[in-house]
Amino acid sequence: MSKERIKIAPELFDIMPPEYQDLVEKATYGNETRGWKDIGSAKELIEEHSLCAGCPESMAFRYILASLPNPEDTVMVGSTGCTSLVFPHVAVHNIHSLFGNQNAIASGLKRALSVRFPDRHKDVVVLAGDGATVDIGLDMTLQAWFRQEKFTTICFDNELYANTGGQESGLMQKGFVAKMAPVGKTFEKVRLPEIARESGCHYVVNCTVSKPNLVEKVIKNAIHIAREIGPTYLQLYTPCILEIGKNSMEGLQEMRDSEKPSERFAYKEYVSEPAKELLTEMAAKEKERKAEAKRQLASQTV
Amino acid sequence: MITQYKVMPGPEHFLPPSAASMGNALPDPGQGHIHGTIVQEEQAMEEAARQFLSAKVPTLFPGPLVLWAWNDKAAKKAKAVRHLYETIKDSVTSTQTAMLIPMPDYRPKYPKINPEVEINPNHPNLTIWHNKIDACMFVGVHCHQANLSLKIIRGGTSCYTVAMCAQAGHEDAMLSFRDATADKIIRLADWVKKLKGSVEPPK
Repeated sequence: MSKERIKIAPELFDIMPPEYQDLVEKATYGNETRGWKDIGSAKELIEEHSLCAGCPESMAFRYILASLPNPEDTVMVGSTGCTSLVFPHVAVHNIHSLFGNQNAIASGLKRALSVRFPDRHKDVVVLAGDGATVDIGLDMTLQAWFRQEKFTTICFDNELYANTGGQESGLMQKGFVAKMAPVGKTFEKVRLPEIARESGCHYVVNCTVSKPNLVEKVIKNAIHIAREIGPTYLQLYTPCILEIGKNSMEGLQEMRDSEKPSERFAYKEYVSEPAKELLTEMAAKEKERKAEAKRQLASQTV
Repeated sequence: MITQYKVMPGPEHFLPPSAASMGNALPDPGQGHIHGTIVQEEQAMEEAARQFLSAKVPTLFPGPLVLWAWNDKAAKKAKAVRHLYETIKDSVTSTQTAMLIPMPDYRPKYPKINPEVEINPNHPNLTIWHNKIDACMFVGVHCHQANLSLKIIRGGTSCYTVAMCAQAGHEDAMLSFRDATADKIIRLADWVKKLKGSVEPPK
């Protein structure tokens, strides 16, 4: 894990556009404590994005990329949707899969990476919308969990097909009327977090992305558990402000309103027993690391 | 297959055919091609050097395979590319402008690239038009992206294209080398030096 992997040839450094020079000099590759607090003070792994102004998905993207524990050795698998407009701007390896088969691609990829790099942690993270995860790709999503594939699945749940104009999706709430679903949805929102738990996921979280520290925590937990134990699933509410009739500034409030205790995105977490043990170990190590850092700082001060 | 198709400076037309589909073949080791005709490598070297020396804006486009020091060979090639650029710069007259413009990666960039500082394989014509480039060489660009760019350039600009390919060469360039190494790039620089002053500069 280091910036050595992205070194620009010294003879050609001066001709590289400044964003690439910044990526090499100021990005947080190789920093084990990287997190959302680096946003604004270090070079982010996401360049300008092409999403709508105020889009909660763009916030989620930035928090996730800032929180990846091991970005140099991470491959993200995306699917068609608004997320696929962002991936070209991301300084992390990524694959655009056919719509819906992202978990099948990730399964093969993870296995191949484990064979090719047996001594190195290679994290695979699927990031797709609710249409790809729950409707068209549900088969691939579930089969990957049944097989206990060791990667993280993140669903950006905006409760409809936003990129194509507002069609009904399985994760849309009952009764919701969208631009291209004029009669309103007639059945309940699919309870994928519960299905994930029953399908063998070791860590499942359902939440919004209104709190960056929470997003960082769940991303790190999910990736570490997937690396060591088995599949993990995060369902993050990233409302499409255009499709639900909100303005650019209202995305954050929409998420806050939706995470109240009685609402559908109230924080829910499931952790399997082996995953709990791992998290306890990780917490102990983190405590030790912080204590050591404190000791070093004190010795330097003296 | 005998073909009459010549890969010439354009603008050919929107969506020109791939030269391979028109029957143009790739050179064997030790060879290159000029406009689709297989020639010995030294002949291709001489012709490439002449093209650089007779262009108003001879330009090198180094791609990710040489821009990033991902192994020792890449670092050596980067050094050689810089040497070639400096040689061209020293060999042209004051009316000519040698340029070195990177293709750092292949991402389609929105809303647009800055054609003054980079070239993008998805719309290389923008950089060529903006800088009025009339002869260029690709080096360190992955084959698929190079072919895509070379076709777009041929389709929409009058720029002369040279490919310094590390694999089997490019039919879609007007002149192509194969099996590129740092030494081969330095040999091309030597040809530029050798022909300095003997090629008529552009009017």
